[in-house]
Amino acid sequence: MPITSSQVRKVAQLARLELTEDEVQLVSDQLASIVTFVDQLGEVATDGVEPMAHPLDIHTVVRPDTEVPGLSREQALSNSPNHNDECFLVPPVMAR
Amino acid sequence: MNQTPYKLVIGLEVHVQLSTRTKLFCGCPTAFGASPNTQTCPVCLGHPGALPVMNEQAIALAIRTGLALNCEIASVTKWDRKSYFYPDLPKGYQISQFDQPICGPGYLDFADPENEGETLRVRLIRAHLEEDAGKSMHDEGAGKADSQIDLNRTGTPLLEIVSEPDLNSPEAAKAYLIELRLLLTYLGVSDCNMQEGSLRADANVNLHIAQGDTTVATPIVEVKNLNSFRAVERALTYESQRQYSQWQKDGRDITQAPKQTRGWDDAAGVTVAQREKEESSDYRYFPDPDLVPLHIEPRQLEAARQALGDLPAALRERLRYAGLKEYDANVIVSQGRSMVDYFEQAVASGAPAKRVSSWIQQDVMRTLNEQEISIEEFSISALQLAELLQAIEKGDIDNSRGKDVFQYCLQHPEADLDSAKAALGIEAVDQGELEALCRELLAENPKIVAQVKEGNVKGLGALIGAARKKNPNADPKQVRELCHQLILADA
Repeated sequence: MPITSSQVRKVAQLARLELTEDEVQLVSDQLASIVTFVDQLGEVATDGVEPMAHPLDIHTVVRPDTEVPGLSREQALSNSPNHNDECFLVPPVMAR
Repeated sequence: MNQTPYKLVIGLEVHVQLSTRTKLFCGCPTAFGASPNTQTCPVCLGHPGALPVMNEQAIALAIRTGLALNCEIASVTKWDRKSYFYPDLPKGYQISQFDQPICGPGYLDFADPENEGETLRVRLIRAHLEEDAGKSMHDEGAGKADSQIDLNRTGTPLLEIVSEPDLNSPEAAKAYLIELRLLLTYLGVSDCNMQEGSLRADANVNLHIAQGDTTVATPIVEVKNLNSFRAVERALTYESQRQYSQWQKDGRDITQAPKQTRGWDDAAGVTVAQREKEESSDYRYFPDPDLVPLHIEPRQLEAARQALGDLPAALRERLRYAGLKEYDANVIVSQGRSMVDYFEQAVASGAPAKRVSSWIQQDVMRTLNEQEISIEEFSISALQLAELLQAIEKGDIDNSRGKDVFQYCLQHPEADLDSAKAALGIEAVDQGELEALCRELLAENPKIVAQVKEGNVKGLGALIGAARKKNPNADPKQVRELCHQLILADA
């Protein structure tokens, strides 16, 4: 199944990926190949088969509404590329 | 209702924060107001390999709400990922429900704010569970400093209640929200605090404009950031006028412009364009492989139904049956379940319903406001109030002396009716005393007597004031009647 470059650009935009023209061509071919592979599933007759939400045959796994100790703020912030004493920091969102 | 050249069409999406102790998929606390980033764990921070597990209480509260909103409750429901990028959404997707929401179609009835005695019905499309995002704090000034992200709220359970576009005025939209909030409060599923964001409303708005035989629909606008009932009403009024003048300018209808998102700027009193709405498919919903489906058993539903308790609509009915007008029943029910209990206890103790209602709405509610307390903390019990109102009803105490007793009891919580009366010097004035008092008044006020003889009874009011100076226990009504009789008898 061919994948057009505009489809690649749209998906890249949704994933916030910036691709060069060469990369768009490369990814189009790669995506076409993986989508063709997965498309084989379409050959299986699935009329009357209930859609499956999960491969495991279990359901309704719940926990009680009780607190469990989490991370300290120091731990929570420690993996982030940028933070101050209290918060994660990200480039200004309001600047368009 | 204002006559407008168009019909306003409004649907509301209401996000309700459910009052669980912990988050939807992890055991972090949900308490409001904690210091930033002190209520997180690997699950709500979206660390690789961390796995979500459903909070059974969030599910129970969603079912409870759905039942009260007359919704069909799903026997099988599941979780989907809604993908989008925003810094306060650490996983890059929100766990939500796409095609199998926990609550299906339902409805809510509420009093029509524009036609007394009429009821409006909003049909509900669905109500689904989802996790909240974190909080972003932007540099409001220059917009150049980094944005700060607090992830305490991330993963807090929300129930999103989506209505059909059945609302046709800003007033109706506000009335629906007020009724919804009252219902949620009675159910105890949310604190519904709008300032703290526990109840958030977005509105989908457009106009249907009559053009000869056809109707033109304007492009749909989603109005966000409606943080108070007043904001809902103002924003919708503004937005309907804006859409009409926009349509007059460019004539574009719903097929010629995409759905737009606008934010309500409360200070400026305007809606401001935000990003163009992404198409639904751009969220790339798919079933969350980290979570298994949820089955809801019939007996679980039945138990939840049994536990619903009395809801506002039924209580209003009950208060009207007890003898109250619709307006009065609504005022008392709107004060919450404890006020209804207070009313019903007083009536059960023998006080007449209308008098209880009027004292609750005036003296009791004013005192609660002044003291900034709730009815549970109020120092005069329903039984005490009932005793006082029965005494007034029987004529043992007049209404104005009754207010003195009320004030005395407020200051002396241990006082009963008899001790309050004794302390205030309230005693019955017998007929002889009353007549002597009235004759004295007439002798002192020949002008008024002359006026009354000529048919001008206004002066009788002045006599009442004078009577109460002589004897505060004199019943104004009796004084007035007796003076009138004596004058006429003399004429």
